[in-house]
Order: sequence, then C-alpha cells, then structure tokens
Amino acid sequence: MSWILIAMLAVPLLGAAALLLPRFAGRVPRGYGLAVSGATLALAVVAAVGFDYGHAARMQFETDVSWIPGLALRFHLGVDGISLPLVVLTAVLTFLCFVHLAGRPPSRPRALVFTLLVLETGMIGTFLALDLLLFFVFFEVVLVPMYFVIAIWGGPGRRAAAVKFILYTLLGSAVLLLGVLVVWSQAGTLDMVALARGSGIARSAQIVAFLAIGAGLAVKAPMWPLHTWLPDAHTEAPTVGSVLLAGVLLKMGTYGFARIAIPILPEGAAALAPWLGAFAVIGIIYGSLACLAQRDLKRMIAYSSVGHMGFVLLGFATLTPVGVNAALFGNVAHGLITGLLFFVAGAVKDRYGTADMARLGGGMLGRLPYIGSLLTFACVASLGLPGLAGFWGEMLALFGAFRPAAELSRPLFLTFMVVGGLGTVLTAAYFLRMLSRVTHGRPAASEGPPGGLGDVTAYELAAWVPLVVLTVLFGLWPKALLAITTPAVQAMLPGVGT
Amino acid sequence: MIVLAVLAILLPFAGAAAGLLGSRIPRRRTPVCTARRRAAWFAVLPVAISAVAAVWLAAWQAISGETGAAGTLADIETGSVPISVGLQVGELSALTGVLVTVVALAVQVYSVGYMRDEPRYPSYSSFISLFTSAMLLVVYAGDLIVLYVGWEIMGLCSYLLIGHWWEDRANSRAAVKAFLVTRLGDVGFLFGIFTLGLSAGSFRIDDVLAADLPKGTLVAATLLLLAGVAGKSAQVPLHTWLPDAMAGPTPISALIHAATMVAAGIFVVARLYPAFLAAQPTLDVLGVLAAVGMLGAALAALAQDDLKRVLAYSTISQLALMAAALAAGSEHAAIFHLVTHGAFKALLFLCAGVVIHHAGSNLMSHMGGLRTPLPVTFWAMTIGFAALAGLPPASGFFSKDAVIAAIERSHGPAQLFLYGCALVTVGVTGAYSARAWLRTFFGSRRVGAPSHAGDHGHGRPAVPRSMLWPVVLLAVPALLLGFAGVRELDWESAAISVVIALLGAGVVYALWRSSPEQDPARMLGPFRVPCERAFYLDAVYDRLVVRPVLRLARGVVRADDRVVDGAVRGSGRAAVGLSGLLRLAQNGNAQLYVTGLLAGVLLIAVGVVVLG
Repeated sequence: MSWILIAMLAVPLLGAAALLLPRFAGRVPRGYGLAVSGATLALAVVAAVGFDYGHAARMQFETDVSWIPGLALRFHLGVDGISLPLVVLTAVLTFLCFVHLAGRPPSRPRALVFTLLVLETGMIGTFLALDLLLFFVFFEVVLVPMYFVIAIWGGPGRRAAAVKFILYTLLGSAVLLLGVLVVWSQAGTLDMVALARGSGIARSAQIVAFLAIGAGLAVKAPMWPLHTWLPDAHTEAPTVGSVLLAGVLLKMGTYGFARIAIPILPEGAAALAPWLGAFAVIGIIYGSLACLAQRDLKRMIAYSSVGHMGFVLLGFATLTPVGVNAALFGNVAHGLITGLLFFVAGAVKDRYGTADMARLGGGMLGRLPYIGSLLTFACVASLGLPGLAGFWGEMLALFGAFRPAAELSRPLFLTFMVVGGLGTVLTAAYFLRMLSRVTHGRPAASEGPPGGLGDVTAYELAAWVPLVVLTVLFGLWPKALLAITTPAVQAMLPGVGT
Repeated sequence: MIVLAVLAILLPFAGAAAGLLGSRIPRRRTPVCTARRRAAWFAVLPVAISAVAAVWLAAWQAISGETGAAGTLADIETGSVPISVGLQVGELSALTGVLVTVVALAVQVYSVGYMRDEPRYPSYSSFISLFTSAMLLVVYAGDLIVLYVGWEIMGLCSYLLIGHWWEDRANSRAAVKAFLVTRLGDVGFLFGIFTLGLSAGSFRIDDVLAADLPKGTLVAATLLLLAGVAGKSAQVPLHTWLPDAMAGPTPISALIHAATMVAAGIFVVARLYPAFLAAQPTLDVLGVLAAVGMLGAALAALAQDDLKRVLAYSTISQLALMAAALAAGSEHAAIFHLVTHGAFKALLFLCAGVVIHHAGSNLMSHMGGLRTPLPVTFWAMTIGFAALAGLPPASGFFSKDAVIAAIERSHGPAQLFLYGCALVTVGVTGAYSARAWLRTFFGSRRVGAPSHAGDHGHGRPAVPRSMLWPVVLLAVPALLLGFAGVRELDWESAAISVVIALLGAGVVYALWRSSPEQDPARMLGPFRVPCERAFYLDAVYDRLVVRPVLRLARGVVRADDRVVDGAVRGSGRAAVGLSGLLRLAQNGNAQLYVTGLLAGVLLIAVGVVVLG
C-alpha cells in the first residue's frame, strides 16, 4: 500500500501539469479541480481506512528510496498518528475550496486551479516527508503558489501583503534551513525516523538547532511577535487563500514542532520550552486583545489565529503527552473551525462588499439568517465551547500546563495556565462582541437587501456543512482523534509518564 | 436503569437537533405555522418522555433502595488522566433530574402559548431542549469533565435564549454579559477540576470523592470550584448578570432562574459535598459570600420597579440561602430548598409572564388591581409569594425553616454573622413579597401603561390555555412539596422566622394601606436609589474591568502596528536604504570603477607588505 502516499502527491501534481496542455488554454472544465482534489481526498480517505490503528505510533505506508546519494538524501515518505489527521484535513479543506470555487467561478480559473493543485502537493508533501531536506523542500514549495494566490486574486492591498508574506516566511525558512544544517552536521543523517530514535547531538548544539528550527517554524505558526505577516495576508487573500492559509499552512509550523523540533532535539526543547510557553501565552492574550479592538472581520479572525496557535504552542511547550496531544488536537480543530470562519467571512464580504464591521451594520440574523447562524456557530466553536472541537485542544493544553514535564518549572507553567485561562475569557469576549455588533440589532433601514445577493447558496452549504459536521463530531467524540494521536505521542515522549 | 438517564439526556438533544434542522424543511415551501407546529411537537414530546424517564429513575431508586445506577460508555485517553464518558445517578441526581425535567416540560408547554406570534419559535424551543439536555448531563454526569461539558453548554444556551430578541441591543448586551461573567467563573471551575482530577488520578466523581487528598489541595480545589459556582448560581461577586438576564422571554427566566442554570452551582457543591466538608475554609468563604449576597439582593429586590427584576434579585437571595445551608454543613436543607424554590420560583415567573402578557409592561407602576381580570394567576401567584416569604403552609416555609435551623446549629467562625443576615433577609423577603403582591394585584389599575414595552407582551386580555395549565400544575408542588419535610420541622426556629417575615410584610402593608398609590419602597429613604442600582456594582465593574480591558485592547492594536509590525517594516526600509547606499557605487561611471579597483589593489599591496 506504500503507493498510496506517492499517489496522493502525484495526483494533484499531475493534475496541475495536465493543465499546461494547450487544449486547456483559455477554458478549463468546471469540475476539473473538483475531480482532481476529489481523487486526492479519496486517496486520503483510503489511507485513513487502511491505516493500522493498533500501531498508530509506527510509520505506515512507508516509501524509502535513495534520491540524491551524494548528499545522502532519501525520498522517504510515511504517515503515523501525528501526520495522518493533518493529511486528511489538508485533502478535505482543498476539496472544499474547490467546491466553493465551483459555485463562484474566479477570474483566470486555469491559473487558480493550477496554483491550488501545486499548493496541495506541497502541503500534503510537508506532512508526509520523513527526510528533513525533503520536508524543507515541500515546506518551501507551498510558499510560491500561496504568494500568487494572494498577489493575483487578493484584495486592493494584495501586492504589499503578498510581498510581506513571502519575504517574512522565506526569512523564517532560511533560519529553519540553518537549523536543519546544524542537525545534519552533528548527527550525520537527515532521516527523521532515525533522528527521533536518538540523534546523539550534544546539548549545546541541540539548543542552537532548536532555536533556529523553532524560530523558523514559529514564523509559520505564527508565534508572537513573529505574526505580523498574517493579518495582512489574511485580509487581502481571497477566501480560498485564507482558508488554506489558516487551515493548513499555519499547521505546517506547529507540525514541525511535533515532528522535528521536540523528538529530534529533546534537550534543546527542554531548555527552551519555558520561552516557547511564555511567547505562547503572550500570543494568547495579545491576539485576543488585538481582536477586541479590531474593525475588520477577516483581520479579526486572523488575529484570533494568533491566539489559538498560542494554545497549540503552549501544549508543545509543556513537553507532556497530554500537552502534545492537545496541540495536535488543537491543530485539527483550528483548521476546521477557522476554515469555516473564513468561508463564512468571505461569503459576508461577497454580499456586503466589505468586511468592515462598522459598515456591515447589524442585524445579519435578520437579513441573512443562515449565514448569520453559521457565523454564530463558527464563532461559538472557535471560542472553545465544550461539545465542539475547539474545546478539547484548549482544555488539554491548559491541563498539560497544570503539570508540565518534570524538568520544567511548575510554578512558571501554572502562571502560564492561569494567563491562558484568562485568554479563553477574552476569546469569548471578542467573538461575542463581534457577533453582537454584526448579527444582532436591527439592520439599517436605508441599505435594503445587501448586494442583491440572497442567503446561503447550495455550493456554499456543500462547502461548509462537512466542516460543521466534523466540528460537532470531534467535539462530541474527541476519542476519534485522541485515539490516533495518543500512541504516537507517547512513543515520542518515552521518558514522561502520566 | 442507566439507560433511562441516557434516554432522558439524549431525547431533548435529539429534539433540539430536529427542531433546529427539521422544522422548516423544505426550506422555501414550509409555511410559518407548519414550522411552528412541528417545532412544538419536537419540543414538548421529547422532554415529556424525559420527565417520565427521570421520574421512573427516581421512583425505582426510592422503591428498590439501590444506591445508584452507573454506566461508562468509554474511557478517553488524553496522555494523562483519562476522561471516562459515563453517567452516575445517585439519590441527589435522581431528585434534581425530576425537578429539571418537570420544570422544563412546564416551560415548553407554556411557551407554546406565550410565543405563539413568534416567528423564531423553532430556534427558541430547540435551545430550551438543548438547555434541558445539558442540564441533565450536569445532573447525571459521572465524570467531572463530562459535567463541565454540560455546564458550559448551558452557558451557551442561556446566551442564545437571553438574546432571543436580538433586535434590541440591550438584550444582546445582557446575553453577552451573562456568558462572559459565567465564563470567568468557569475558568476557575475548570482549574478546580484539574486540581481534583490530577491529585486523585481520575476525573470520575466517585474516585475523586473516595481519594484521600491532602487538605491543602482540597481547599485550593474547592475554592476554585467555588468561582464557577458563584458564576452559575449568581452569587456575589459574580451575580451581576442575572438581573440583566431578565431581557430574555419570561419562560426563559423561569427555566434559567428556577430549575436549571442557577440550580447547577448549588447542585455541584452538593454533589461534591464530601470534598467541601473536608475543606472548612472554603465553607467559611461560601458562608460569608452567601450572607452578603442574600441580604444585599433582598434589599435590591425591595427597591425594584420591574416585576421580573424583583424576582431576579429574590433568586439571588434565595440561592444565597441555599449556599448558606451548604456552608452550615447541611446539604440536605440546601437541596430541599433548591427543589421547593425551583417549583415556586418557576411558578412565580410563569405567573409574572401572564401578568406582563396582560398588562403589556414589566413595570409594577403600570400594574395594579389585576386580581379581578386574572383570578387563576392571582391565586397561583399568592401561593408563590407565600412560599417565597416562607409562610405556612406553602413549600417555602418548610424548606426555609430547614435552612435557618441548619444555620442556627452550625459552628463556623462566621456562624453568627450568617445567622443574623439570614434572619434579616427573611424579614426583607417578607417585605418585598408583600410589596410585589400588593402592587400587582391590589389597588386600582394605574394608567399610563404603554401598549408595548420591554417584554413581548401585547396587552391581549385573553390568556392562552397552554399558559394557564403549567401555572396550575406548578402551583400544586409549590404549595404541597414542603410537607415532605414536615417531620424534620424545628417549630421554635420556624415560629421565629414566620414572625419576622410577617413583620416585614406587615410594615409594607401598613405603608401601602396609608396611601395605595405610592410605592412602599419609600420606606428605604435615602437608601432607595443605591438599593435600586444594586449598590452600583455594575458601574464599579465597568470602571475597573471592562473599560481598562478595552483601553488595553486599543493600545495593543496601536503597539502591534507601530512597534511589532513597525520593526518589520523598519527592517524592510533599512534594507532598501542600505541597498540605496550600495547603489551609489554602481553608478555606471567606468572611471569610478577603475579608481576603486586601483585603490583596492593598492590597499592589498600595502597590506601584504606591512603584515607579511
């Protein structure tokens, strides 16, 4: 079954390559992107079904062939309990983006389909790669198509936002590459599985490498204070760009912590975890406060990602199985919920022509009851209501901070926990304030029906309902996800008991 | 038997889902009345079956003498302490479950009539169903995390229901306030759960109570839990959301302020009572908070003009009485009062709904003389007020006596303070009950009542039958439920409290008698305005918390733009500036390049000579 991972990479890549054929010039069949990403999703589902859940800690469907022998590079792919949920999430979100596009054909469709398919290849590849340099290659492949998505299909300030996005993240990647090189020079291999078994790197080198790799990943996550590319990129990006940016791209940063930084550099992680935790909780409070004073809906959701990723990073910083579990759960939940939020915010922007809260006025529940209700649902899920997916990641992250790994200072992490707990109140505050301003109240009488557009369309519903269903499912039955990640996490942190 | 509990929880949940999703299918071709009828069925039927299941469960436990039913669906590994998804129904849970389902059923039936012109009835009734389901989850939960899930979903439902008429900004604000204040307490509650769970190595309530925990841990954990209890049960200092929550439809007030959400806090303390008993400092804190809360809220109730706000403050005061019983070491008295209060307060709110529906206003200054047009409501509400004031033979007499007797017998450091406050509160309660009763039903009908104000009443004379039936139905337990505790009655303390209550009522009656048109609240004199504004606590919170946070938020946005992003942009500008400097050298002047080259060669040559 090892072909399945290669197929998951090959299908979108070949799908994109086929678009270069002259017969697609000028006109691309409407369902093309849908079909290709649907095939990828089907492969991801097959992989998830065929996955051996009894051994979720083991790499499965592995492919390991020599790639560039001179550099000892290997083309090494595989999934385990940590990466499988993210791979499926990526396939789902990309497919739903194409569903969204089917209902709202963009300008220059061929270019956009091409770009998104290349993007999908890069995203899935990042989660599948088991060789550090291969990981880095996929990590970088993602940036270019995302740059074009923002720069071509974005809003009025798209050029500046796209340039900021690519320069900032490239800078982060450069630091990441330095860290990878440190690991290579010290351990002599780039194979993640071998490195995770014990790299034998000296403590000082581990700290340097963790600092470099962590900084590179933190830009992507994004961690405060390296987040300022995010609000601009989100505000200007088109809906599909925002969804994939928030839903998948941010996860690549946090996934790197779970796959590279913590297992390969445990001593470096232990030394720097207090700093990671501190930046994480500052991000939680800072992001929430920034949201509270935000005027633009999409910008607010972007800042909320800073806060939510703060919880994910706090989970990692505890270096406990429960904390890492929380981080992985939070990753998936944030992908689903923030994806939904950006879809809905995009729909609002399409109808009102603006995402500025003051100009949206109030009374959305009266004018567009379905969209208003779905916005309420997404916000409630995002503020971490138990029974919906957002809760478990936050709750378990705080629980992890309640008793961090033995080598970390407990009073410090208790402080982090309390600050994070206050962050959940602030998170609720800004979402409810926004809902109160936008969905409640009477619509301004003079404006009439907005934009001549009706309530939710069938395509939009088709793109959103799966996210709603998954949010409720993981919220009511967190075991569905925790059962996959727990064995892998416990294998990753062997020294730590319960 | 645990299947019954599962059924009781899942049926309203399914009803909520069906009501939300199924009422209007197909979307465009379903007339509003069809959707309403369907939603009414989805609302009433499941909760009726739930009520039967809850009663059956309680009866089975009472008859068979079994100590409890339990069942675990699954254990969820978290990497640390596992979460066990399970239910556990003991005597306390079974009793509370009956209270919750019966009141919820009454509210659902009542709402069919009360909300009959409401286009958004399907979502309204679905949220009530969800609320019921969440409360039952709290009541029957066998695991602290499962309990917390239900606990928070209740918070959401109260937000959605208080903000049901969201067109009005004030309702929206009240809803947000209710959610945020309770959520603030819930953070402490969650940390309390962490403390208990981690120390006991399990989140299962049985394991936590059985574990031998050090006293320090218990005190810390129970104090943290108390934060959540204060939020949900509207105790000082987190009570400020409850009076504002009156913005919601009246049946919601009955549901939230009688049977469910506010009862949850008291219930949880009783459920975890062994842990609280082992932590005496927590009980002392609870006692002081309860003493302050009961008297303050009773005084605030005496000065309100809005009938629903009178009832809201009386709820805070009565809940504080229950908390006082818990602090005094008698969970039995607390639960007894919880149950009777659930019955008579639900009755009072539903009657208030009828009165408001008829008068078209919430304000008592617009009411008066309603005894003649609303005879059934008058008698029902008389029972309710008698129970509230603790007059025999209504249920409140027995349960309040149990509480007072428990406080009298307790031995805490704050016992005397608590006992004194409780007795004064009994008197004030008698006073405000009499005031509300007299001003609503007696005297002459005051003029100037607007046709549509505040609540959603329409000034219709005819009261729908579906509104009267639940009122009559609830009047029976409100009157008779107390006799369950007749054997434990402490006649001496009962006589004292009845005398004090009658004294309070008598003062108000004398004042009212002297001039029926004037508000007896004038006896408060200069304290009237502070009481009416609930001692300005809202303004204090606004000044101390809300505004600083908003200012801080604006500061963060400014700093983010200027400092954090400013550094990023600055580095970009610096790079461009530096490259501008470098560009000066690349000006296309060949002479300059050759000069530079020669200078370089010269420097290297000199360097080689000097250093070599």
